[in-house]
Amino acid sequence: MKFEYAPAPESTSIVNIKSKNDLFIDNEFISSKKGSRFITINPATEEVLAEITAATDDDVDLAVTAARKAFKSWAKLAGAERAKYLFRIARIIQDRAREIAVLETLNNGKPIRESRDVDIPLVAAHFFHYAGWADKLEYAGLGSNPKPHGVVGQIIPWNFPMLMLAWKIAPALAAGNTVVLKPAETTSLTALLFAEICQQADLPPGVVNIVTGAGDTGRAIVNHPDVNKIAFTGSTEVGRFIAQSIAGTKKKLTLELGGKAANIVFDDAPLDQTIEGIVNGIFFNQGHVCCAGSRLLVQESIHDELLSLLYQRLELLRVGDPLDKNTDVGAINSAAQLVKIQELAASGEAEGANRWSSSCQLPANGFWFPPTVFTNVSQSHRIAREEIFGPVLSVLTFRTPDEAIAKANNTPYGLSAGVWTEKGSRILEVTSKLKAGVVWANTFNKFDPTSPFGGYKESGYGREGGRQGLTAYLFAGENE
Amino acid sequence: MNSPIEVNRTAKLFINGAFPRSESGRSFPVADANGKFIANVANATRKDARDAVVAAAAAQPKWAGASAYNRGQIVYRIAEILQGRKAQFMAELNDAGVKSAEKQVDQAINQIIWYAGWSDKLAMTVGSSNPVAGPFFNFSNPEPTGVIAIVISEKPPLLSLINQLCAAIVSGNTVVALAPQSAPLISVSFAEVLATSDLPAGVVNLLTCDSDEIAFWLASHLEVDGIDLSGVSDSELKTKLEFEAAINLKRVLRDFDDGYTAMQSWLEIKTVWHPQGL
Repeated sequence: MKFEYAPAPESTSIVNIKSKNDLFIDNEFISSKKGSRFITINPATEEVLAEITAATDDDVDLAVTAARKAFKSWAKLAGAERAKYLFRIARIIQDRAREIAVLETLNNGKPIRESRDVDIPLVAAHFFHYAGWADKLEYAGLGSNPKPHGVVGQIIPWNFPMLMLAWKIAPALAAGNTVVLKPAETTSLTALLFAEICQQADLPPGVVNIVTGAGDTGRAIVNHPDVNKIAFTGSTEVGRFIAQSIAGTKKKLTLELGGKAANIVFDDAPLDQTIEGIVNGIFFNQGHVCCAGSRLLVQESIHDELLSLLYQRLELLRVGDPLDKNTDVGAINSAAQLVKIQELAASGEAEGANRWSSSCQLPANGFWFPPTVFTNVSQSHRIAREEIFGPVLSVLTFRTPDEAIAKANNTPYGLSAGVWTEKGSRILEVTSKLKAGVVWANTFNKFDPTSPFGGYKESGYGREGGRQGLTAYLFAGENE
Repeated sequence: MNSPIEVNRTAKLFINGAFPRSESGRSFPVADANGKFIANVANATRKDARDAVVAAAAAQPKWAGASAYNRGQIVYRIAEILQGRKAQFMAELNDAGVKSAEKQVDQAINQIIWYAGWSDKLAMTVGSSNPVAGPFFNFSNPEPTGVIAIVISEKPPLLSLINQLCAAIVSGNTVVALAPQSAPLISVSFAEVLATSDLPAGVVNLLTCDSDEIAFWLASHLEVDGIDLSGVSDSELKTKLEFEAAINLKRVLRDFDDGYTAMQSWLEIKTVWHPQGL
């Protein structure tokens, strides 16, 4: 007899969403003079959650002006005092962790289990880690007189809204910069909640400014003449456009862009552990992960055995209400993203790969895509080359380690990779030959504020996390 | 008795360890500071530059795979060979109108040795062992970016050349470098130093050319991973080259402020995780 899970929904009574949302500039929520508003929804239900402001060029200018004004005193403030503000923010995030997690899940569609157990704890940890750096900048490796860049424009994606905000804001502030941050247009709500947290922490006005909006708002930040540095996480296409936009200026740039990570499984891999790693690699966060293990490279001799175990495991994944604490895979973040995933999956079938999808029931409303695996994939297929950014795994095979490495590196991307084998020397050799900024051996999709993260090749440049992430927000001044 | 007629050197390109003329057969004349003709110098084309990229890309994995100790010794040997040719470089710098030629050669030798020592220390100063909150072994190591295109600065000719080249190769990158048209013979002579320094073929490729023309083809080349634009003086051209470099997200060095920062421009940090347990 089969026992069904009873629903275990997380209550939404903890969140309080304003129906109309303003911009956060100079420590105040202010309404845009000319900007229009757009709606933001819950992608799991398509219910409207709130209206968000589309910041105009004038609004961005106001935010940059506030950040510039704040920069002078913020950079001059003793590092130990800046640290105390950041520690305070970390603590308030911990205090309000459940509220932030529920709001993140409502606006993003990710399972509450992930926002509660992964995203938000990591957000607090990032602020806590970088708080401790603020009074130790002379140990960052840039000489005795490291200097902040000034006003930093930061543009973040919708897949980990609050976590990406933390990756951007925590090191920038610790180093003494002030920021103008734009969240993604489909997931602005937790960034606006963070603005409230800045108020609660009594952060000086102008140090953090949040401007909501879509591409035009981002462009205004990138092109603003008084912005000293841009930090962007998002698609390679937009990253390239930003790199071109700042050509010939003095602006600094760090980019964390797309990926098409190879997850390599050798025939001696511990299979049960590997299956969990493959699932975590591509179905964590609905596959909306730039470092997702979206290309599974399996040694030919274990292909059939591995795939049958994988299908069994995927049938057990619970897809549905993100607020249900039992849910493993939540909603696709937007209608546009769902169309993109559907289009690429269709290309996989059209180009001759074999499609397998979980038989899970999908909810009637909202945006959903079942966990899907393509086998018989060749390297030339679009599903092996293009970032799908959804719960779709492409399986390829190899016979020798050299072939695995060559196939893994056969992509313009270079963000992450995975290796599964029990042989230590093979792990060290393969990881050293993979052109990727993060390599997980016998694990996948692990993150930590002390661990530098970022890409090779067209996955961008610069690192986030650890000392290396801090230096992206500093330059070496004249030694004193 | 009259002194014998001098045997003049043919000034050629340096590609994949060999000294070919430009495939186009074109050249340009070079005169000394007084306007006296010295030599016709090979004038590299887009095709030569592309050949040089092929050589640099082919040489890169093995150079990166050499031990840091080995790379350090080879870079050190470049200084040894330059020391032996000090008089030649002083004369050539004098020809190019440099007043403090001896000082520059001495500085250049010292600078090469400074870089040589970095080969086995960069991993210590830019890498890290990371105390993550969980049962994992986690470390970050620098790796070379790949093929780096370099536009060599006009001034100071020899020192710029050495700083820009060494900052890239010491960590395992390979290079296609464009000599400034105002002092091309320094680069030609330096290629001869490199050719006798145990540096594997293709690690450094040096082209004499109109660098304004050829830099464009390197900036837009998809197998070039980084570009040092510090030698481009025309700001409009520099903007255009930086724009082109974005096509494959090349790492761009706009200005060469110091060797340590420049070396880091051509490094990628790789972080590796592994679970820990019984």
